[in-house]
Amino acid sequence: MTSPCRTDTKAARGALLALIAGVAWMVVSTPAFARNTLDVLTWCDHEDPALLGPFEKANDVKVNFKDIDSTAAALAVLGQSKPGDWDVLVADETDTGRLAGLGLLAPLDAKDFPFGDIPTAIASPKLTSVNGVLYSVPEKFGYNTIAYNKTTFDAAAAADINSPWDPKYKGRVAVYDYYVPEIEYTAIALGMNPEKLTDADLPAIKAKLIALKQNAAMVGDVTTVQQALATGAVDVLFGGGEWVTAGLAHDNPNLNYTIPKQGGVRWQQGLSVFATSQKKDLATKFIQYILSPEGQGKLATSSCYWGMPANSKAVLTDDQKTILRWSDQPTYIKTTFPYLQMTPDFDKKLQAMWAEVLQSK
Amino acid sequence: MARTLAPVVAVERSANEARAARRDRLAGAAFTLPALIWILIFFAAPLVLMAYFSFTPLSPTGGRGAIGLGNYRAFFAESAYVEALWNSVVTTAIVVVLSLLLAYPFAFAIATKVPRSWQRLALAVAILPFWTSYVVRSYAWLLALSPSGVINWTLHALGVTHHPLMLAYSPGATILGFVHFFIMLNTLTIYANLVQINPRYVLAARDLGAGAWRSFLTITLPLSIPGVMVGAFLTVVLCIGDYVTPQILGGFRELLLPQVIMMQIQRQLDLPMASTMSLLMTIVVAIVYLAMQRWLRMARL
Repeated sequence: MTSPCRTDTKAARGALLALIAGVAWMVVSTPAFARNTLDVLTWCDHEDPALLGPFEKANDVKVNFKDIDSTAAALAVLGQSKPGDWDVLVADETDTGRLAGLGLLAPLDAKDFPFGDIPTAIASPKLTSVNGVLYSVPEKFGYNTIAYNKTTFDAAAAADINSPWDPKYKGRVAVYDYYVPEIEYTAIALGMNPEKLTDADLPAIKAKLIALKQNAAMVGDVTTVQQALATGAVDVLFGGGEWVTAGLAHDNPNLNYTIPKQGGVRWQQGLSVFATSQKKDLATKFIQYILSPEGQGKLATSSCYWGMPANSKAVLTDDQKTILRWSDQPTYIKTTFPYLQMTPDFDKKLQAMWAEVLQSK
Repeated sequence: MARTLAPVVAVERSANEARAARRDRLAGAAFTLPALIWILIFFAAPLVLMAYFSFTPLSPTGGRGAIGLGNYRAFFAESAYVEALWNSVVTTAIVVVLSLLLAYPFAFAIATKVPRSWQRLALAVAILPFWTSYVVRSYAWLLALSPSGVINWTLHALGVTHHPLMLAYSPGATILGFVHFFIMLNTLTIYANLVQINPRYVLAARDLGAGAWRSFLTITLPLSIPGVMVGAFLTVVLCIGDYVTPQILGGFRELLLPQVIMMQIQRQLDLPMASTMSLLMTIVVAIVYLAMQRWLRMARL
């Protein structure tokens, strides 16, 4: 018979071993501990084994990724990490200036990447560079669109940016809750250039946004507006990404999206190397791989979400190109504006204005 | 001899008592210490850190600014933020009142009308919705309130409405989601209090000629106030800081403070401003606690 005392000792020993094992696992799993890894802060579209596998095999390296859903999330992770823990960042290129300003990004050499195969508007230094220094390489882009149900909302109306304000559609409109594209869309509806907004433009934009909210049934995040469109709670979604309908197209082919004739808004993500990375050469190789025609094809058709590849030589099937609306891209790029390039101060002003819009009765 | 030894015995006894008292104090401290350390690490230290952050606003370039009241000034200068705080307080007050009004009769019926052998089952049924995730419950309400949901279907079938109503994505839907959750919580706290009231008090009052209504108002209700207050306070604490329900059911028709706090973090990682707002919310909860302290008797539960 085992004495209770011995049982206690065994249990304590077991607990101690478990604790040591746990701590050891935590230490071993930290990015800094692993030598043969490339540590990447990324959105979900860079996590497919089919995308990462060829790079890992070719370079005998393991890509250790951490999922983030925004630049703020990346900054939060960095706040908990040591310098050098992370090598590559996937980020919304609207934040390139802000991240470079914080000293987080390493300068890159444009000659290392296939900028010749990237459409001029996508490769624009406004999104990728600060004071002539390249900090981000564009890799994927898409659009904030007017998404609608073809059976209940007229395609011609969807092509007019002012339709969501039409009293005819009161209570049938959903508004995506990310203020940057919403503010830009509203600026376009007001005939402004959304790339050159100043403090003086904000009162008119605010009034127009309040009118939009009053005509809308709801304002919501991706999941909420997607569900509202899918369940028929609304007929049209203003400013949501094309992925809102792309994800539902298989189950509900009546959902469609368009870019208004007056113009639209384009999102764009890029790859950067952290200034403190100890593996800058490997990080550069990773960006080169993602920008290669094969890497671009796989990234564009990621299991997480699809989007247009920056490299026009991306390897894609005809069906995939049809879904991505490949042939419409020259027109779409021409008629859309990229996300605003903002100072943190102006960004705060826009956020406060958006809060005022949401609070309006 | 006995006379000479008495003072020595007294001194020894006193020393023994002192030692015992010291042992008791040490044992008390040893038992309290883990809880104290826990509170210091996981409550006091984060609170102090949050307070410190709230006084270090971000600079215009996004870096750490100088220590000062900038965040507090910015908060009270922005009407949308102050309104969010006010909305949170009003929403919480409505939820507290509605939850208590609905939970009290329910708890009372279980405690006094349901046979004792069935009370456990009745309580289990009452708290059944607790078994599902909070997020799932909120989404379930969203489906129930949707144009093709069960509520619109019922209204249409009864001929009350001819077109589907937009019931979700409104402050009313947020309150509905909250009340559904907090009815269960308040039922538990009120029931736990009601079953502790000695039934002889009511019997004595009835013997002395008081009617059922009067004996309830003058005996049962006052004695059940601690349970009501504990339920109300827990509702305030959990409701005022909740982000999920207004986010899923509210449709941004109006913002509550937790949503504004998330806005600060999601886009800019403005932890100082988020800390300022969180601290202001903590102050509101502290004020509520002080106001209700007189009736808060956890030991009665």
